[in-house]
Amino acid sequence: MTVPAIELKGISKAFGPVQANKDISISVAPGTIHGIIGENGAGKSTLMSILYGFYKADKGEICINGTKTDIPDSQAAIAAGIGMVFQHFKLVENFTVLENIVLGAEDGGLLAPSLSKARKELKELEEEYELFVDPDKRIDEIGVGMQQRVEILKALYRQAEILILDEPTGVLTPAEADQLFRILDRLRAEGKTIIVITHKLREIIENTDTVSVMRRGQMTATVKTAETSPEELAELMVGRKVLLQVDKVSAKPGKPILEVENLRVFDQAGVERVKGIDLTVRAGEIVGIAGVAGNGQSELLEVLGGMRPGQGSIKLNGEPLALSGHGSDGQARRAQHIAHVPEDRQREGLIMDFHAWENVAFGYHRDPAYQRGLFMDNAALRADTERKIEKFDVRPPNGWLTAKSFSGGNQQKIVVAREIERNPDLLLVGQPTRGVDIGAIEFIHKQIVALRDQGKAILLVSVELEEIFSLSDRIAVMFDGHIMGERLPHETDEKELGLLMAGVAEEAA
Amino acid sequence: MDKMPKWADVVLIPLISLILAAILSALVILAIGENPVEAVNLMVTGALGSTYGWGYTLYYATNFMFTGLAVAVAFHARLFNIGGEGQAMLGGLGVAIVCLYIPWPHWSIALLAACAASMLFGAAWAAIPAYLQAKRGSHIVITTIMFNFIAAAFLNYMLVNVMRPQGSQDPATARFPEAVHLPTFQSMFSTAENAVFKGAPANISFFVAILACFVVWALIWRTRLGYEIRAYGHSETGAVYAGISPVRITIVAMLISGALAGLMATNNVMGEAERLVLNSTEGAGFIGIAVALMGRSHPFGVFVAALLFGFLYQGGAELALWTSIPRELIVVIQALVILFTGALDNMVRMPLEKLFLGLRKGAE
Repeated sequence: MTVPAIELKGISKAFGPVQANKDISISVAPGTIHGIIGENGAGKSTLMSILYGFYKADKGEICINGTKTDIPDSQAAIAAGIGMVFQHFKLVENFTVLENIVLGAEDGGLLAPSLSKARKELKELEEEYELFVDPDKRIDEIGVGMQQRVEILKALYRQAEILILDEPTGVLTPAEADQLFRILDRLRAEGKTIIVITHKLREIIENTDTVSVMRRGQMTATVKTAETSPEELAELMVGRKVLLQVDKVSAKPGKPILEVENLRVFDQAGVERVKGIDLTVRAGEIVGIAGVAGNGQSELLEVLGGMRPGQGSIKLNGEPLALSGHGSDGQARRAQHIAHVPEDRQREGLIMDFHAWENVAFGYHRDPAYQRGLFMDNAALRADTERKIEKFDVRPPNGWLTAKSFSGGNQQKIVVAREIERNPDLLLVGQPTRGVDIGAIEFIHKQIVALRDQGKAILLVSVELEEIFSLSDRIAVMFDGHIMGERLPHETDEKELGLLMAGVAEEAA
Repeated sequence: MDKMPKWADVVLIPLISLILAAILSALVILAIGENPVEAVNLMVTGALGSTYGWGYTLYYATNFMFTGLAVAVAFHARLFNIGGEGQAMLGGLGVAIVCLYIPWPHWSIALLAACAASMLFGAAWAAIPAYLQAKRGSHIVITTIMFNFIAAAFLNYMLVNVMRPQGSQDPATARFPEAVHLPTFQSMFSTAENAVFKGAPANISFFVAILACFVVWALIWRTRLGYEIRAYGHSETGAVYAGISPVRITIVAMLISGALAGLMATNNVMGEAERLVLNSTEGAGFIGIAVALMGRSHPFGVFVAALLFGFLYQGGAELALWTSIPRELIVVIQALVILFTGALDNMVRMPLEKLFLGLRKGAE
């Protein structure tokens, strides 16, 4: 048996109470492509950051080519022959390709000798691995696929023998992704060891030799790719933990409240995030949007909540909503009886330095009930806050504390109380229980179901499949800006959803 | 939990910063061979020892209250308005136009009109950088600095070519008519047998400044607009979520800020000089930044900090007059206070926060 290129033994890492990595051991043979797959937050990136010297493991050891190696920082990782290609490239936009490759590996104070030496070596590397780029183009002049090649060349220029790629296809088109994997094949043929971190099942199945599955900070399995199937990986990835059950009677969907047709959303950089989706939410039902984070769910929610512009058509109770310009902001949406529990309560849903009683009006602060002449009626606000604190059991029950003094669960209760108590026609809910303790999760779920039972429409976005299963009356899966399919929760399982979430089309599954 | 009690944040940190600045200033005075104790003595008697001294101290403090409030309001929207200087200059132009070209029957009506005009001109001067920031993303710090220079050049042009009386060699407007002269503290508080504030420039606009402090307090903490300004200042994404337009808040906050800076002209132009001269603001726009920082952007803090800087200004002038300490050293002392209370805030804050955390842990 050959000596493994990388061997991790019993790596553990905790951030406060969160165990990001728990006793992880893997061994990667030289000259292979090894995939690491898992849901968001499974601990993949933490593990790779430990390997690259960004974090220090609490326990465990790292062996490179059979010798125990300490990696206190990224310089040490480079010295040990490890190269990393990050999901978000670390390139200087207004430098040329050549300058970026040399950056941090200059031979001396003068740049010219380093550059000419690099130019020569770059040429050799290009020919050896068929990795062609124009060394004199500026980074902002070349496409994303090319930029990634520059990152790979940067690693190779520093004599990397082990290459780690974090979500390498996240920003690539399918054609660019194919090219990337051809390059990786070539690198493998030249004896390099490659680790690819991804949540896309198909890439793993098609391109790797072995695959490790991570879930909740643990390595649940390492298998030979040839001996596994997408179904098995999906199951390993999502897990079969008992669902957190929510007591609810079956839904009695009424008339359509929200009708979305051919909705497109572009982000600030002009990238299309939502690529023409259709969706209907009826009165008295909870529609859950499942999907790996970053597949357009956030943008969908933000357009509906008036936080960003979109294109297409959205109707509420049959009336069209403005999607850009006048009448499309959060105030207009609230006036149209859309309430919104945003995905990020700390950056969006609450002002962390405001008192709880100020936050209880946030977004509804123009409500006439909160005004008294020229001024805000702070007494009315505080009375309202006391009511909500009691009804939603916010602890500690003190409206004078700032939002940041509450625990995550109680912060979320403040947001949920504020939004649900407006008695909206449509409630948008994003990641309602992210970073929330078990007790509060149950409470928040109950409130959402209670609102549904009053005949309100609810659109739920969550990356937690358990949550989607336990709350939704209908599930739509989003991948890459599209809705891959809709399922009824009792007619599907995590395995099928996992495949849809990973972008595997229905016939393949 | 907050890292330390509120009183430490509001009182202790500025106090320690001041003491540090004082110690360093004392060392500098020692180094040039003067006695720091005597210097402090001179400053205190010069600025606070007589109604004359108070008259100057309060006059300067009035200027700093206006510019300090201007910077504070912008701070609440997380905007750094460095253009108080230019906005106050333009405010002066507004005051001069109102006072020179309209015949007023009584100073009180003239004061109201001058307030309106100075606010309008100051706000207009802040409007362009505000628009550029809100719509084009041009950084407000850069544009407001630039607008200070443009304001100075513009005023230069106006005074030399447009408003200078015929035959005058001085780049200044004519003196304002008697009817618009504001009551000074001397005329307000002197009795037949006891003349106070004699010859000092403090005038009724000091009370305008105090009124402005109350108005700003009510605006920021009691109105819907203040709520939106503070929300936007704390979190832009939060503001977008709540349907608060970042563009609107940026522009409105800067207009208010510019108006407050412009208001300063009621004091220095209308109350003191009684005509518009070149460089009438004398750097008060910049002192406003230190005042707002030291006052934690709270109107009461601004009031106290403005008094302190008024004292430093007047005390410094006395020092230069009566000792061989050069005028430049006064600037050094003032700069040290600004440096410690403003820019080096974290130097005092961090160790203090650690201390309080340690104390709290010890108590638990």
